[in-house]
Order: sequence, then C-alpha cells, then structure tokens
Amino acid sequence: MAQADPAAVAGTLTMGAPALRLTAVCKEFGGTTAVDGVDLEVRDGEFFSLLGPSGSGKTTLLRLVAGFEHPTAGRVELAGHDVTGRPPHRRDVHTVFQDYALFPQMTVEQNVAYALTVRGVRKAERLARAHEALETVRLAGYGGRRPAQLSGGQRQRVALARALVDRPALLLLDEPLGALDLKLRQEMQTELKQLQRLTGISFLLVTHDQEEALTLSDRIAVLQGGRIEQIGTPAEVYERPATAFVAGFVGDTNLLTGQDAVRVVGRPGTYSLRPERVRLVAADAAGAAGAAYTQAAPDLPGPGERAVRGRIADIVYAGPHARVRVDLDGGGRITAALRGDDPVPGGPGTPVLALWRDESAYPVPDLTQD
Amino acid sequence: MRLSRTARAVLGGCMALGLAVVYVPLLLVLLNSFNADRSFAWPPSGFTGEWWRRAWHSAGARDALLTSVQAGLAATAVALVLGSLAAFAVHRHRFFGRQTVSFLVVLPIALPGIVTGIALNAAFRTVLEPLGIGFGLFTVVVGHATFCVVVVFNNVAARLRRLAPGTEEASADLGARPPQTFRYVTLPAVRSALVAGGLLAFALSFDEIVVTTFTAGPGTQTLPIWIYSNLSRPNQAPVVNAVAALLIAVSVLPVYIAQRLSSDAAGGRL
Repeated sequence: MAQADPAAVAGTLTMGAPALRLTAVCKEFGGTTAVDGVDLEVRDGEFFSLLGPSGSGKTTLLRLVAGFEHPTAGRVELAGHDVTGRPPHRRDVHTVFQDYALFPQMTVEQNVAYALTVRGVRKAERLARAHEALETVRLAGYGGRRPAQLSGGQRQRVALARALVDRPALLLLDEPLGALDLKLRQEMQTELKQLQRLTGISFLLVTHDQEEALTLSDRIAVLQGGRIEQIGTPAEVYERPATAFVAGFVGDTNLLTGQDAVRVVGRPGTYSLRPERVRLVAADAAGAAGAAYTQAAPDLPGPGERAVRGRIADIVYAGPHARVRVDLDGGGRITAALRGDDPVPGGPGTPVLALWRDESAYPVPDLTQD
Repeated sequence: MRLSRTARAVLGGCMALGLAVVYVPLLLVLLNSFNADRSFAWPPSGFTGEWWRRAWHSAGARDALLTSVQAGLAATAVALVLGSLAAFAVHRHRFFGRQTVSFLVVLPIALPGIVTGIALNAAFRTVLEPLGIGFGLFTVVVGHATFCVVVVFNNVAARLRRLAPGTEEASADLGARPPQTFRYVTLPAVRSALVAGGLLAFALSFDEIVVTTFTAGPGTQTLPIWIYSNLSRPNQAPVVNAVAALLIAVSVLPVYIAQRLSSDAAGGRL
C-alpha cells in the first residue's frame, strides 16, 4: 500500500538497499532499556513514522539513527552501509529538531547553508543552493534575518530548509510540529508531505500524534516500551491492529475482552470495535422489554449485523461528530461516534439498540497478554 | 509597579546619595592630582600638571606600572585557559563531584584576600623556594590567577548555560567535524563571555593589593603596592594622587567594556 515506488527514486544509492535498516537494535541507559530489539526498514523515498506514547523509545531510536547515541547491541545501516559506530557528522542523515536548534548568531541564510559551509562548498554555490532551499519552503527573501526575528512556523521551515539543502539520503524529524498551534500544524503537515514527494528523500518522522502519523505516512511503526508493536500502512494499522495496544493508541476504539467479548461480540477473544462503526437506534422500550438482544425489533438487526441493547449514558458533542456512550443492559459500556447527519436517538437514559456489522469487530491477536 | 511621586523622589535621592558616596571621593582624587596646593587645601589654590609630570618621570611608578601590566596579562591568560576549560568540563560532562568542582573553583573569590595571601605565602615558601623559585612576578601571577579564574569561569559557565540547546548536536548532524562545531557554533556563543571575563580578570588583578603583598617578594612592586608604600611619604602624596587617578582610568575601561559585552557578567568582588 506504500504510495511511493521505491524503484523510481532509488537513484544513486546502492540498488536494493533500504534507506535505513535497523537490526536487533537495543539501547540501555544505566539499567533501563529504552529500545529493546527493534528491527525495521525504511524504503527509499518512503515517508515512515515512528508512533508511540512518550517513553516508548521513539526519540531514542531517532537519536540512534542520527548517531547521537550508539546502540548497546544491534546494527544501524544507511543505504546498505553499516554506520553503527560512526559519529553524527559522518552519516548522510540530517535532523529537524523538535525545538529547531537553529544557530541564533547566524542569519537564516547562513543557517540554511551550514551543511555546505562545513563541507567547504564555494560561497557562490552555497548561497545559490541556500536560496533554492529557502524557496522550496516558501521563505525566499528571509535569508538576511536572524532566527529570533521569525515566527514559530517560519523557524520550522528554516529548520527544514537547513536539513534538506544538501539532499541527505534520509531526513529525521523529531516531533517537528509539536510546538505549533493546530491550524499551523495542519498546514505544515500538508507542506511536509508535499516536500517529501517533491524531493523524493526518505523521511523518518517521530510523533506521538496518531492523526499526524496516519495522515502523513506511507508506513507506520507503532512503538511501546521500546518494542515495535506493529509495522504497516496507515490503513493496516488502523483497520487491522496487531495488538490491543495498537488498537487503543491509533484512534479510539471499544476494546472488548473476556466476558465483555462473549456478551457483546458473541464470541470469546479480544476485539476492537471502532466507535464510528457503531450506529444507534431508539429501542421500542415497551415491546422489547425482556426480549433477547437480537430479537429487540423485528427488522433489526439487518443481515450480518449484531445488536446490543443499552441506555445512553452521556453525549459529548465534538463538532463533526458526537460521541455517545451507551451503558449496555448486560453490563459494560461501548462508545458510538455519530456523524452530524446521524441523529442521536435521545438524551441520557434513552433506551437504544447499538448496531454494527459483524466484521467491524476486528479480532486483535493480543500479544501483550503473553 | 507604580510608585507615588514622593516615593520616586525619595528613592531617586537615595540612589544619588549612594552613587555620590562612591564617586565623589574618586572625583576628588582626580581633581587633587591637578591641585597646585601640596596639602590639598580646598578650594584648590591653582591648577598644575606638575604632579602628573613628576609621576610620569618617576622610575618607581613606571616600574610598578609595568609589573602590574605584566602580572595582569599573565594572570588573565592563565585564567582564560583554566577558567574556560573548567566551565566546559562542568557544562559538558556529568561526572561524580561535578557540583563540588564548581564550588571549589568559585570559592577563592569569596575567601578573604588575606587568607589566600597567607596560605599561598606559606605554600610558596615550603614548595617553591626549595626548588629555587623565589617570590617575584611568577608568584604574584599565581596568586592573582586564583581569583581571576573565577570571573572567567563564571562568565563562560553562565553563557554556556544559555547556549541554545541542541545547537552543537545540530552542527554535528549537518556534517560539521568537532573542530568546525567549536569554531562555528560554540566559540561564537561564548566569545563575548571570554572577552568580558578576561577584562574583568585583568581589572581584578590590576588593583589587587592584599594577595599581592603576601606573594610578591621584596623586589617586586605592583602599582597598588607602590601607591600604598608611597602614601605615607608627604612629598610623594601629590604624585600618588596622579598615579591613583591613572589607576581609576585603567580600571574603569575594562569593566565598562566587559559590562557592555555581557549583561550577566558575574563580576564577583568588583
């Protein structure tokens, strides 16, 4: 499902070698394990995200790739070359830092040209390429300013231009949009994606924002406790979560296990039921009293549908949709996300039928229970 | 905060009085160096450049000035090297006893000069003299360096704490070798702190008298010591005024520049 064709952008790199390959990478800090046996590959030209909560090891992983940290065990390969022991300045990788880390005493232009300056590129060429990079991020004309004279969004773009100016094989982005407000963040997401397509450079993005990861990435690795829970396309990760953790972390879900699973889904196991897959219908309280769930109303549920009776507990209006929590008659609670044109059947206390297509309850192979 | 007109007037008055206490006597020294009356009668009986001329031709004062400049420059050089090395060590590395090292480096500025002086005097007597190194310019430089290191350390450490986080990593990330990172990122960030620390160190050394008394041998006279020992001689007094006025000028300049360079210059005892 990857949208970029690896072969199309392979270019000068070793044929067939992925932009990044991590093999059994571990990192311990004085007894605590931050990264625990990670294997992953970032393909050429791919937009790859490391998604996880804070403390999941995603930033440590990024620092291992950049060379600021060295793994306790395992191998880091860039474009087929083992760089495990190499210092940062000898890796063809640049980083966009969370706080941008622009050089305050240099102008925007000097910041952007820095990678060329330290490589001894002649001044005329340096300036031309810095100008070009600034144009790519729509900051042409800002070259003479100091970082302190720029807004947060502009600094962000300078950091991008600085990291892209000499076209590294892999760009690392450490929560780059974390400091921006929502509107600007959405704009920058679009720009990031365009920039990645335009340059064909592989991007490795660290984020805790599942929506950002889903929107931007070709593939996502979901991390928890220093381990990879799942690697897949956004659709795979969202629709077919490999673990209960992934189901809960990537998007909202009704996670049903044990007795709840048997009662609600009708089968034992662990199931992820996305709230937007659940619809609610007002139950005919008089007629359905005491009846088995599936016989609550003659025409409901429809073929292949599952229905459970309950009462609305509360309703949270959230703009494009409303989140309705339903206390189930047999115990337990599920949440339904209703779109604006999907009417909420009543206020709290209203008896309802919660309905969903049988296959919407996705069985999660729960590895964390081992 | 808004202050009433009276409060502002009172506070302003206090400020003026405080500054006057410090600066009127200094001004007096300067004026008296041109006072034709030998006993500094007030008002001055006339203007004269005689004392300045005499001071200029005084071999003792000249030698002392030279010694002071030499001691100041040498102590500043030592302080720049050791102070900035210590500041970098404490900033960069997390080692056992880091806080203690920080404390020990800064402590000498708080120690009474007389204690430092006596201690150094005893140490030099037992360690250096048997080695054939007598009291002289070298021992003065070592003595001055003990507190000069502190101002350089404080200035550079304060600047390093404010160093934009991650810029050194960013530099390495963009392909800069460690010496390039130092040249393009670290040094520009601490350069003015080094200059400010160096100027303050020089100013401290230049007017130091207590530690100097205990570390200079009989043959070594710095300018403050020359002034002190000539103060009691009545016919030298006017000349001393001229030299003191010069000392003020020489001290003011570096402190002024240092303050312009670093808003947070940790001056210590100035």
